[in-house]
Amino acid sequence: MSNVILSLAEIVGENYVSSGEEELYFYARDPGLMPAHKPDWVVVPKTAEEVQKIVRLAKKEKIPLVPMGAGMALTGLIIPLKGGIVVDMKRMNKILEVNEKARYVIVEGGTSHGSLKAYLEKNYPRLRHSIPDSPATATIAANMMIHGQGRLTQQYGFNSDMVTGLEVVLPSGEICKIGSCSISPEWFSKGAPLPDLSGLFLGWFGATGIITKVALRLYPRKKMRDVEIFVTDKEDLVPDIIYELTHTEMAEDIVIFSQPLPLIFKDNHHITIFITGDTDEELEFKRKMLWDALDGFIKSKDGGFMWVQPAMKPILLEMPQRSVSRFADVKKGGGFEYSGPIILVERYPECTRKIVELSSKYDLGYSGMARIIGRGHCMMFGFAFTFNRADPDMMERVRKALHEVSNYALTAGGVFWKPTVDEQRMAIERMDPNTRNLLKMIKKNVDPNGIMNPGNWEVN
Amino acid sequence: MKYEDIIHRCFRCGYCKFTGDYSDFNCPSYRKFSFETYAPGGRMWLIHAWLNDEIKNSDRFQEILFSCATCANCVEHCVFTFSDDLVNIFIAAKEEMVNKGIIPPEVRDYLKSINISGNPYKEPADERGKWADGTAIQTYDGQDYLLYIGCVGSYDERAKKIARAVGNILIKAGLSIGILGNREQCDGNEVRALGETGLFQHLAEQNIALFKELGVKKIITLDPHSFNSFKKDYPDLGGEFEIYHYTQILAPLIQAKKMPLKEYKARVTFHDPCYLGRHNEEYDAPRKILKAIPAIELIEMDQNRENAFCCGGGGGNFFTDILGGGEDSPSRIRVGQSLDTGARIIAVACPQCAKMLDDAIKVEELEDKLEVLDIAEIVTRALA
Ligand SMILES: Cc1cc2nc3c(=O)[nH]c(=O)nc-3n(C[C@H](O)[C@H](O)[C@H](O)COP(=O)(O)OP(=O)(O)OC[C@H]3O[C@@H](n4cnc5c(N)ncnc54)[C@H](O)[C@@H]3O)c2cc1C
Ligand code: SF4
Ligand code: SF4
Repeated sequence: MSNVILSLAEIVGENYVSSGEEELYFYARDPGLMPAHKPDWVVVPKTAEEVQKIVRLAKKEKIPLVPMGAGMALTGLIIPLKGGIVVDMKRMNKILEVNEKARYVIVEGGTSHGSLKAYLEKNYPRLRHSIPDSPATATIAANMMIHGQGRLTQQYGFNSDMVTGLEVVLPSGEICKIGSCSISPEWFSKGAPLPDLSGLFLGWFGATGIITKVALRLYPRKKMRDVEIFVTDKEDLVPDIIYELTHTEMAEDIVIFSQPLPLIFKDNHHITIFITGDTDEELEFKRKMLWDALDGFIKSKDGGFMWVQPAMKPILLEMPQRSVSRFADVKKGGGFEYSGPIILVERYPECTRKIVELSSKYDLGYSGMARIIGRGHCMMFGFAFTFNRADPDMMERVRKALHEVSNYALTAGGVFWKPTVDEQRMAIERMDPNTRNLLKMIKKNVDPNGIMNPGNWEVN
Repeated sequence: MKYEDIIHRCFRCGYCKFTGDYSDFNCPSYRKFSFETYAPGGRMWLIHAWLNDEIKNSDRFQEILFSCATCANCVEHCVFTFSDDLVNIFIAAKEEMVNKGIIPPEVRDYLKSINISGNPYKEPADERGKWADGTAIQTYDGQDYLLYIGCVGSYDERAKKIARAVGNILIKAGLSIGILGNREQCDGNEVRALGETGLFQHLAEQNIALFKELGVKKIITLDPHSFNSFKKDYPDLGGEFEIYHYTQILAPLIQAKKMPLKEYKARVTFHDPCYLGRHNEEYDAPRKILKAIPAIELIEMDQNRENAFCCGGGGGNFFTDILGGGEDSPSRIRVGQSLDTGARIIAVACPQCAKMLDDAIKVEELEDKLEVLDIAEIVTRALA
């Protein structure tokens, strides 16, 4: 094993491999609440060929491999549960190609959302991608890996639905292309009209391979954006409001936030509707359609559009919204974690009551944040609790609250998003047995040595 | 340790690593080493772990802390309310290490040289004023302004040329200036950045006493590092003077055409020194000078002003070279960014940046494509 570090150094260069206590400490944990576990080595490769060699070495030595982006999933998915090698992908950060007319981009496996946004704004001002509100360092490949959602999710589905091709290093060490790019030089489709093999990788948290390239759809970037907030204190009406809003097909993105502080926000549900347009007329037309759609709720005094203060607009309109990260410091303690089940919009009232109940039961600061996926097809409801890293008791209370959320989400018909290993276990237990067997068969055949992010999606 | 109540508040979100538009990573030590541990968030988490005895003070931990260039990109871009204190926190951790006597040998040697010789070059004090030989620059004797040069401008061959250019221009502009010559000693900015607070205080107090003894009221500095120290740290120690960087004095004079300049046809990009820019928010004075020179075309790098990428010389790294070396060294990256603009000249306003970028151009073998010139040297050419 002592040769491993030398072999890794041969592959990536000695400056880009470490078994130093400092790296082992840092890469043993993420900013969330899952227990730390140290890796044995950390590597920072630059090319797909280097990743390939690392995987071959791991296969030969039967060493676990954990790919890591920015580590912002918060649910411990990059914690090397069985030690081994953490592969920090962020040196592979090139934007390789933009096909402007076919509206797709190909990036390396460690490219961040932030850098793609900046690149498109500078070089292709008429194109954009579905950027999440995670910190700008969050990587695109990892966001696809966990079926993330972004600004365009209400219009086009999960961010992973926007993938149009992958290059993956398989656990065997082969580099494999997925989608149209396996046959053609073009990366316009991840599957159709072929068998869609992307499902062997997306959602697997690296347990079936390491993405070294990912292509994804770009969409028209309109010249103007604006935001409207419809406020109601009747959570039971929120699903109907969303139904009306999504019927108009006028919104760019719809998110709902509810939080106890500042007090002016308490007990209200802020349905935040983003709109875009190339002209004032387009923007005004969309705004009118949205207002008209909610006219009945306004007339019955069940809600109304609030005046969005000029100072608040840039905060809401920026992408990613940095204010979401700031939630981590509400308790002056640098931490928050959320469980974000994907669940029907009709469950919104229950979810929101649940978060209030849990925050009061465990005496926690909370923020409920829902993002509509598709035309009201489902939503991500984030049960977010902030904590103070210097207060172990508060951290434990957040753990307990999140555990209750997990149980609740399953009973409410939800499916865990970016689940912790415990939630994965719960999901696997509840899964249809034939589905479970299929999952097991795939994992066993693709990764017979069980070296890829072990502990994740393991069916025992 | 100072700031102990803040350290656990870092979320590891990494905003601090970027430029404001997220186009690139902009923490020089992270760019060089690529491990999260060398980014601001990594430092925060490791300092926390060290204080909790979860990691030891190893050679690598020292490298991690002392490779911070104190460039303040993290201060500019961290999204939390404690952002202003980030560099102070890193300095406080270094102070702890200094106090415990466990620091990298390069840092120890630097501090020892300052302590013994008053400069990092181990040169005798009576060599300090030699850079001014043959010029009309006088020793300070009640003139309007004290021109303070700093260690680099006083002893480094490349930087001495800049010192002469600055001194000569100020005289040509009709300003009444004087230098301390052999009585000048280190300003202490890097000493403080390296965590030797005691030595810093000692240097600062000596300087303040000397300035007061000589009746100094206004100081022009050559070096943004001295500018920073005098402006930000000396007042707390009783040293209240009017402080200017030389570009702040020259800009209005040149703009008001008090110094007629000829055409100087050149494509120039400007590298913001961290201690003038992010630390003291002076982005305009150097640009005003460049823009006032007829025929100069100023082309900005993508990473400019608040988003300028550090040359890697700050935080004492100019002397210790912990952050230097290799393809990913900040100065080489910065030279690449300059080259991308199509400029032929990298204008600087700091002798440390000048030397760092000069060396990088040599390593990159770009001497026929790029030249580093201090703003004062460019003005000198336009005056000729
Ligand atoms: C404040 C905040 C706001 C957020 N908002 C959103 C949001 O709006 N939308 C959203 O979708 N998410 C959001 N998130 C969650 C998360 O940050 C993002 O989904 C993010 O994109 C994850 O990327 P990462 O690089 O941090 O992933 P990591 O945590 O590094 O990795 C996630 C998973 O992907 C695997 N992985 C990483 N790289 C590869 C690779 N190249 N190949 C194979 N597997 C890989 C890892 O092993 C891990 O299992 C938010 C998080 C925070 C903290
Ligand atoms: S220093 Fe600030 S921006 Fe950087 S990781 Fe920590 S909290 Fe985030
Ligand atoms: S001061 Fe500069 S070098 Fe130091 S951590 Fe901050 S960004 Fe990095």
